[in-house]
Amino acid sequence: MATLDAKIPAGPIKDKWTKHKNDINLVNPANKRLIDIIVVGTGLAGGAAAASLAEMGYSVKAFCFQDSPRRAHSIAAQGGINAAKNYQNDGDSIYRLFYDTVKGGDYRSREANVYRLAEVSGNIIDQCVAQGVPFAREYGGLLDNRSFGGVLVSRTFYAKGQTGQQLLLGAYSAMNRQIGKGKIKMYNRHEMLELVKVDGKARGIIARNLVTGAVESHSAHAVVIASGGYGNVFFLSTNAMGSNTTAAWRVHKKGAYFANPCYTQIHPTCIPRSGDYQSKLTLMSESLRNDGRIWVPKNIDDIEAIRSGKIKPVQIAEENRDYYLERRYPAFGNLVPRDVASRAAKERCDAGYGVNATGEAVYLDFASAIKRYGKEKAIVTGEENPSDSRIIELGEGVIEDKYGNLFQMYEKITDDNPYKTPMQIYPAVHYTMGGIWVDYNLMTSVPGCYAAGEANFSDHGANRLGASALMQGLADGYFVLPYTIGDYLADDIRTGEIPTDSTEFKEAEEAVKARITKFMDNKGTKSVDHFHKLLGKIMWDKVGMARNEKHLKEAIAEIRVVREEFYKNVLIPGGAMELNPELEKALRVEDFLELGELFACDALARTESCGGHFREESVELDGPQKGEAKRDDTNFAYVSAWEWTGDPGQAKLHKEELEFNDIELKQRSYK
Amino acid sequence: MKLTLKVWRQKSANDKGKIETYPIDNISEHMSFLEMMDVLNEQLITEGKIPVSFDHDCREGICGMCSMHINGEPHGPDRGVATCQLHMRKFKDGDTIYIEPFRAKGFPIIKDLVVDRSAFDRIQHAGGFVSVNTSGNTQDANALPIPKADADTAFDSATCIGCGACVAACKNASAMLFVSAKVSQFSLLPQGKVEAKRRVLHMVEQMDKEGFGNCTNTGACEVECPKGISLENIARMNREYLKASVSSSK
Repeated sequence: MATLDAKIPAGPIKDKWTKHKNDINLVNPANKRLIDIIVVGTGLAGGAAAASLAEMGYSVKAFCFQDSPRRAHSIAAQGGINAAKNYQNDGDSIYRLFYDTVKGGDYRSREANVYRLAEVSGNIIDQCVAQGVPFAREYGGLLDNRSFGGVLVSRTFYAKGQTGQQLLLGAYSAMNRQIGKGKIKMYNRHEMLELVKVDGKARGIIARNLVTGAVESHSAHAVVIASGGYGNVFFLSTNAMGSNTTAAWRVHKKGAYFANPCYTQIHPTCIPRSGDYQSKLTLMSESLRNDGRIWVPKNIDDIEAIRSGKIKPVQIAEENRDYYLERRYPAFGNLVPRDVASRAAKERCDAGYGVNATGEAVYLDFASAIKRYGKEKAIVTGEENPSDSRIIELGEGVIEDKYGNLFQMYEKITDDNPYKTPMQIYPAVHYTMGGIWVDYNLMTSVPGCYAAGEANFSDHGANRLGASALMQGLADGYFVLPYTIGDYLADDIRTGEIPTDSTEFKEAEEAVKARITKFMDNKGTKSVDHFHKLLGKIMWDKVGMARNEKHLKEAIAEIRVVREEFYKNVLIPGGAMELNPELEKALRVEDFLELGELFACDALARTESCGGHFREESVELDGPQKGEAKRDDTNFAYVSAWEWTGDPGQAKLHKEELEFNDIELKQRSYK
Repeated sequence: MKLTLKVWRQKSANDKGKIETYPIDNISEHMSFLEMMDVLNEQLITEGKIPVSFDHDCREGICGMCSMHINGEPHGPDRGVATCQLHMRKFKDGDTIYIEPFRAKGFPIIKDLVVDRSAFDRIQHAGGFVSVNTSGNTQDANALPIPKADADTAFDSATCIGCGACVAACKNASAMLFVSAKVSQFSLLPQGKVEAKRRVLHMVEQMDKEGFGNCTNTGACEVECPKGISLENIARMNREYLKASVSSSK
């Protein structure tokens, strides 16, 4: 087992980034326009990187599979973005954001990267405001903040429940300015299907034009993968239907190590599934936990009455409700981190207290918040002796201001009015902390190939805190990658344009065409979705919220069977040289079927519990933390970086030992 | 429930296209409209036919990728939602549902229900931005207080998802609501003031070049907009345009 060099700069943690920026090579402005950079994905990380690199003078080629860069799935992020601005004077600082993020990640992230993330977080807010992003403001005209799970300060900036949309449209507008100037060449409806290496360096990609079906070669001096996470390996997740692992997985198969694939975030507040036809799950922002209280009935008799429709949740008396997060975690209550909240919901539902027909739902109740806000509002507006119904009316108005669009979305989907009856929620796959291994410069183990945003692994450890994904995507895209990539490209100023008629490009193009032909010629009988659903079920049942050795071994064997069956029996209607969504899905599911196996192997190898990865064999057996996840710092304080060897089950493990010099490793207690 | 679907099928941009009829059964009222389309496609694949191509991605009403004309309305009969959030409980057992692509000169059909909305991107390239480079040294975010009312109104304009329902709903295939939403967002904020004139002139010029029609105030766009973007934006853009036209030679 080899060890990995993360190229972390020497020196005190607070000086590392500044010193590194001063030390690295720069590219002369006149030379930048001679250098091409490919950016795959146009979400927060890719969009911000493409725009910033083009502003600096590089020639950028950006790719997205959607019909416009504005549709990237960052757009769906609801709650907010963290930054250590301390505008609320609650003692926040770069150190505290750094500390919370490392602790929240259960001490499995790289200290130096997280510190840098916290350091540039303030710049992100400044940059976005300068772009005209309409964040929520207070009456005095200054920016408003709210708090999010797992922390004790209010550092989250937001734009109602549409923060991701507003930030992405900011990055999109910055891209548009560069597209208009010709500095970014935009390739919409294109999907990257292969990385091309020349002399060991990343020098381009093979992409399929999704409208014409043409397989195209595109060259560059460096390639940036910002293609998001791989949550759709579970079939059902909060990801967009098109979100996929193909760009990341193809880079992995060309030599980039894949780190911690088993670290998946199962988000506690999603709308429960309603049937087998379900195509995706919808998230309800974690910000709702600021005001919503989570509970299930205390008595099993009430559960049966609720499921059969004999009683309604509002009829259950206060003393017969189990606010289990407040009971188990008095210090953080409903604001415990996501992994803790998800497991607690699963624990109650497994014990038979699920409140819907499937037994997989708990309540998120706003009644107390509505009363509290109603009373406050009556005082502010000077209403004397308001009636109970008036208080509720006022309170509902306050809740609508804060969460209106989320409540509307819930009602549209479920046909239930959450102002009048508690929401039903259940955990769902949301985010993947694992991803392509990168060093401090965000370069993968393939020279010249970079990974940014959710596609890389570095900042969130084993669990991501709320409102940190937007922060990391934009930090990588605006403030980290544009600097670090120059260090590598400084050697390329005399290289000249990379030709696409070389053997390497031709071979890669032929390989992609062969894969497509193989699918088109297959005489199968089953749709791609059929296999994707089979994979998703294995992943959810056996590699989901709680994992054990027996189930993981079964999962690995079962995934291999599904993969074999997929190649034999998948049916792709239509032709290759046209818009063909079934072919697009097949090429994505092929990669999910390999990633799924590596994912399970990684979960099997990590016999500790940490963050979102919970091994049933590793729990505290007694003491105040009884039943909580048990981490094993002696044996597992490392990043698992897997090298492709030709079979996902035979990947080779490389370890990056994690050193904690500025934070003491402690048990993560939220009690 | 049991339904009859009348779906526009068109092999490619140059194909003439026609309506095909597909009966479909066992549709649950809890399904979303696109999940119903998934069931149809699974059925077509099993029957050895070509499934219907349609655009979709986030399926939670925010990416703006889905785009069907359902029973004569963009995004169908419900209000304040994109097609992906339209649920089958809005239909009745035995209904016949007509499903067509968005139709407008500025949105050429690519295949079946998929249209090319890249004209919207090109309008944004013409001026839908504030010219600020990435820099760790922009001024502190709180150095520029903005009245809450202005910030909130700018936010309302900025919630446009760029789906194109406004164009599809308009008898003139006008893109005024879409363009004015971006113009409004920036004209309401101090950050956007510097380039206000240039922005509105360039964006409107590009809009005209793309073949979108003019606004005749029918208000159909506002009714069909899944995000409730208000006609006030068009009035604001007209004022901005007039101001820029009389006071500037670009």
